[in-house]
Amino acid sequence: MAEILLSEAEKAFIHHGVQDDLRCDGRTRLDYRPIILETGLVSNASGSARLRLANSDILVGVKVELASPSPDKPQEGRLEFFVDCSANATPEFEGRGGEDLANEICRFLQRSYASGDTINLAELSILSGQQCWVLYVDILILECGGNLYDATFMAVKSALYATQIPSIKVATMDGDQPELELSDDPYDTKRLNTENLPCVVTLMKIGNHYLVDPTPEEECCSSSGIVVAVSGNKKITAVRKIGSGSLHPDSLVSMLKTGSDVGAKVNKTLMIKLLEEKNLEKSQKVGFMR
Amino acid sequence: MSGNELLSDQGLRIDGRKPNELRRIRCSLGIFSQADGSAYLEQGNTKVLAAVYGPHEIRGSKSKALHDKAFINCQFSTATFSMGERKRRPRGDRKSTEMSTHLEETFSAAIRTELYPRSQIDIFVEVLQADGGNYTACVNAAMMALVDAGVPLKDTVVSCTASLVKDVPLVDVNHVEQSGGSPELVVSILPNSGEIVYMSLTQRFHIDHLSKVLDTAIKGCKDIGAILNEIMKGHLTKLDTSLQAS
Repeated sequence: MAEILLSEAEKAFIHHGVQDDLRCDGRTRLDYRPIILETGLVSNASGSARLRLANSDILVGVKVELASPSPDKPQEGRLEFFVDCSANATPEFEGRGGEDLANEICRFLQRSYASGDTINLAELSILSGQQCWVLYVDILILECGGNLYDATFMAVKSALYATQIPSIKVATMDGDQPELELSDDPYDTKRLNTENLPCVVTLMKIGNHYLVDPTPEEECCSSSGIVVAVSGNKKITAVRKIGSGSLHPDSLVSMLKTGSDVGAKVNKTLMIKLLEEKNLEKSQKVGFMR
Repeated sequence: MSGNELLSDQGLRIDGRKPNELRRIRCSLGIFSQADGSAYLEQGNTKVLAAVYGPHEIRGSKSKALHDKAFINCQFSTATFSMGERKRRPRGDRKSTEMSTHLEETFSAAIRTELYPRSQIDIFVEVLQADGGNYTACVNAAMMALVDAGVPLKDTVVSCTASLVKDVPLVDVNHVEQSGGSPELVVSILPNSGEIVYMSLTQRFHIDHLSKVLDTAIKGCKDIGAILNEIMKGHLTKLDTSLQAS
């Protein structure tokens, strides 16, 4: 995120654009910028996705590992999120510089996925109380071009959609020790049900109006907004107010309403596109070679 | 793994290459718009991103400023999902810190630092997928990013690895060959002058073999240099035509 300095005149220009429902790049208030999405780029991961939303670039890798379930939820697997802000995005992220932002996004991911409506963690259980799958979802932020939350959530959902979990059988019980048998066929895998995983909509308030998918310049003009996580079945799973300013309860309610409508639409479009991509041939991968 | 398996009786390596054959190299420049220079490089299954910022004012403590030349700041990180085993931290461990220092040394020798006294050049590399030769891929990618940023260089820097199995030198080793216990020689050179700017050797072999292995690595460097030169020219020609058109 190169540092953004806006003059008063530039800010006024953005304000007026939002008022007239015509933003600087020609979008209306509820339009997204173009998105490029590709899955299956990292062969060392069980599932991966790269998403580019204008200049925001996110790479997500999912690794599947065997572990023992937590004692309070013996019949469930786990999702572990980790966000890393790469110094490639901005020199300020060097060393531990990106940790604050990374933690913020990571916590919101955890909270949005904690709702029972999003993912059925029992799918990840192998042997109740003894063995389960843990999905390590590692998010790498390569470039910041505004609206990181939306981009991250879409990339995470896509990577989980593409994740292949190996087939495993509990073969014999040797005393107390179960013997697990992993399938010999690397293509003998199953995919998670990702239909209901949440997508996020960031709504930024500028003047008396709010807009989705803010550019860094617009983020600079706005003092407050909300991020809404909406699951595939149109339920809100987490909300957070962002920014230093304040919001009136009335506008909060209307923003939540718009957020959940837009979120449902984003979710639906994403699922259609992911299915389209799955049916493409593998040789058509582009990756970073454009 | 024994040397027999690393090199078959037919003289082919585990991934089907000949001993003096490089892995496929693909590279694209200018993939990020916010960095001053950026590059993505694939060497076989090793995939690396590099970004360059600067030369700019010294960030943070001013005591790092050098009065007669630019300060080169490098950071090496590895994506947590890049290897077979999941990594817990992308950077900050000893190996990454060591890599960063090596990169700083390599590029301080190649960049014309004397042109930018009291300023700083940042080079950030990120390994997205690791399959042996991470350091070499990082050097090559960072060099391409420096070219993309237009930072003046004494010469392009290129890096390559070599190994020795059954007295046969192998060029550009992959992860299996690297972890199989065979020696690994890493060199970075300035291809025009042939000067070595970085060299390291793990494991051991008889000193009589050194010149053979070193020659193989240097030959590999020069071959990679030629490939990267072509890519660079292609990129610049494309840039030139698009500028003429506009």
